[in-house]
Amino acid sequence: MALSGIQIYKLLPQTNCKECGFPTCLAFAMKLAAKQVELSACPYVSDESKAKLAESAAPPIRLVTLKSNGYEVKAGNEVVLFRHEKTFYNKPGLFVRVDATSAVEEINALVAPADAYVTNYVGIDLKLDGFAVDASGSGGAVTPEKFAAAVSAVREVSHMPLVLISRDPAIVAAGLRAVDGEHPLIYAADAENWEAMAALAKQHQAALVVTAGTLDELAELTEKVKAKGVEDLVLDPSARDLSGSLILSTQIRRLALKKNFKALGYPLIAFPKTPAAAAQAIAKYAGFVVLDGFAPELAYPLLVLRQNIYTDPQKPIQVQPGLYEINNPSPSDPVLVTTNFSITYFSVANEVESSGLPAWLLVTDAEGMSVLTAWAAGKFDSERIAKAVKTFGVPEKTSRKQVVLPGHVAVLSGELEGELPGWEIRVGPREAVDIPKFMKQAL
Amino acid sequence: MPIEIPKDKWPGSVREITLGASATEGGTRTRKVTVGGEKTLPFMHFEGETPNRPVIALEIRDHRPDDWSPLLIETWKEVVDDPAEWAKAAEDSGVDLIQLTLSLTDPDGNPTTPDAAVKAVKAVLQASGLPLIVFGPGQAEVDNALLVPVAEATKGEKLVLGICEDKNYRTIVATAMANGHMVDARCPMDVNLSKQLNILISDMGLPPDRIIMDPTTGALGYGIEYGYSVMERLRMAALQGDTMTQFPMLVTPGFEAWKAKESKVGEGVPESWGDWLERAINWETLTAVALLESGADIIVLRHPESVKRVRAAIDELMAVPQVA
Repeated sequence: MALSGIQIYKLLPQTNCKECGFPTCLAFAMKLAAKQVELSACPYVSDESKAKLAESAAPPIRLVTLKSNGYEVKAGNEVVLFRHEKTFYNKPGLFVRVDATSAVEEINALVAPADAYVTNYVGIDLKLDGFAVDASGSGGAVTPEKFAAAVSAVREVSHMPLVLISRDPAIVAAGLRAVDGEHPLIYAADAENWEAMAALAKQHQAALVVTAGTLDELAELTEKVKAKGVEDLVLDPSARDLSGSLILSTQIRRLALKKNFKALGYPLIAFPKTPAAAAQAIAKYAGFVVLDGFAPELAYPLLVLRQNIYTDPQKPIQVQPGLYEINNPSPSDPVLVTTNFSITYFSVANEVESSGLPAWLLVTDAEGMSVLTAWAAGKFDSERIAKAVKTFGVPEKTSRKQVVLPGHVAVLSGELEGELPGWEIRVGPREAVDIPKFMKQAL
Repeated sequence: MPIEIPKDKWPGSVREITLGASATEGGTRTRKVTVGGEKTLPFMHFEGETPNRPVIALEIRDHRPDDWSPLLIETWKEVVDDPAEWAKAAEDSGVDLIQLTLSLTDPDGNPTTPDAAVKAVKAVLQASGLPLIVFGPGQAEVDNALLVPVAEATKGEKLVLGICEDKNYRTIVATAMANGHMVDARCPMDVNLSKQLNILISDMGLPPDRIIMDPTTGALGYGIEYGYSVMERLRMAALQGDTMTQFPMLVTPGFEAWKAKESKVGEGVPESWGDWLERAINWETLTAVALLESGADIIVLRHPESVKRVRAAIDELMAVPQVA
């Protein structure tokens, strides 16, 4: 949380020397609070005050970046509790858990498809973010050598960032040596092992998860680890049920954002056991999510949910204007017109698609507004529609010389006939949901 | 020094509302459902009470739907041909109440008649003692033509009648008032429109404990983020003391999710979408869970497996953890 002008003033020399270019220290403090000047303009500020001011300027939730060969996963730097207040910034990384007790072939068989996994949503390629090699797997005790071998087995088929899971510093050390030079995440430092884990994190420039049973213990532990020089911390407040993890995640986020409570100002890691828990982790504040396995039928909806929740509410996603093909249309199939507001586009495209009938969908540039809003704002009129018909090559690609308008803008049909001489202008249904019926009966 | 957890102090709360009327109250319901009453944001048990758990309704139809995913038809099998049997099967699946949607046409393609609508509703009421939500086909004039006779024929049951929107609220509210029912006040994902409709409905004299607010939603991938944020904002407004937003919220993730291609279709889709059935269940469940956590009080679903999973999620979310 940023300091107020008065709070900053108290940290300044209060000599009104004017060397900063302002008449008084208070005036300078006010400018600092408004972030209109740099503290370095004051030649006499004490080092102690400098440190305090720097701390207050630091983001309330630290940005933690995991890196591997060519990949990066970022978490933290969030500034709000609710996405409508501004936006959520760093999408939680989705990691697939790998049992370190598995044979190398099993590891390859799990990791290779998850590494290669890519799915397209709204024209965006969505991918998973990495793997979590877990020494506490089902196959009994793991030696440091076995753990290192499992890490190397993952590295044979994937270059994505890693989480190394063990409470035993010797095992983690072996894993770290296997991926030397990367910035993985260690899981985890607890009340027993934190000194050794902190030393490893520091030595290997790894980020470190800190875990404890209560928020008090967790905060105490992060302070101790930080004092050892490890700053890239991630929190595991230990709850595994939906209610407990929702409450603790919310409390941690509130403490960080509302109280600027630095000891818990770090991203969170979650280990969901059900799809519902994974959905909650994505919506409610996890920075890293470790999934128990990899299945496309779960990865896809989770990636889409993450995309949706992290969409900036102030910049609704628009689709690219253009002439879209649905159900492999031929030149003689109908041309339906709509706007490029994402929901409008997806509602219409979805209905046309589900009708099973081939059609062309002409998406006009309505600056991301829905049909009625765009029409009212003058962004969806006959001129713009006619322009889209020409720009996107409708006369060349189709032969029907007909366009279907959304029912809400039936009023445009006369004008559009003027803009497109010789074309038939049809009026479709007002709501997307009625499109299949309209297409079956009227086109 | 122990950490002091910041708690929000909310002056307002959501209105507590009971659906369905028992024999002594003028209806025939053997079970009733009470929703709302929250004094805090969803499941924040450490700072305020959530006296009633969110409930699950199952959507059924008056006859076999011709546009539903084959996965749903395969699951429910022949009961889809008989609303009474379907209602019983719904009850067996463990839902708290039933949502019957009347179709636009009968199985032969002729417009649904008021008589047929009344018959279907009465059959469902007879087959199951659960509270009932009745939706018309979703076209304002048709909804009016079907819901008014339904409301009259079921006087005193305290059904929820929908869809009650800006185009037809006068008719629906009037019949709800005359016949002891409630309304599902629906607006297209907009805080101010929702509030305005609630004001219009209240101005007609419908008591506030007979209004359910339906902010509409999109499925996962199809605009869920808009519905999600509108619900979070509506719930905050309610807790801040805005009486015209203090109504329990109903959403229809079943309807929305099963409209999506991801759930509806199994062939000709990308391989990266994975197993069809599990994907469809995830689509419905994840949509529902996200909306639960943004404030939904009544969740309307379609698939029994989703009912099971969402119910398990509600069980967990309602448990007051030791740490709090």
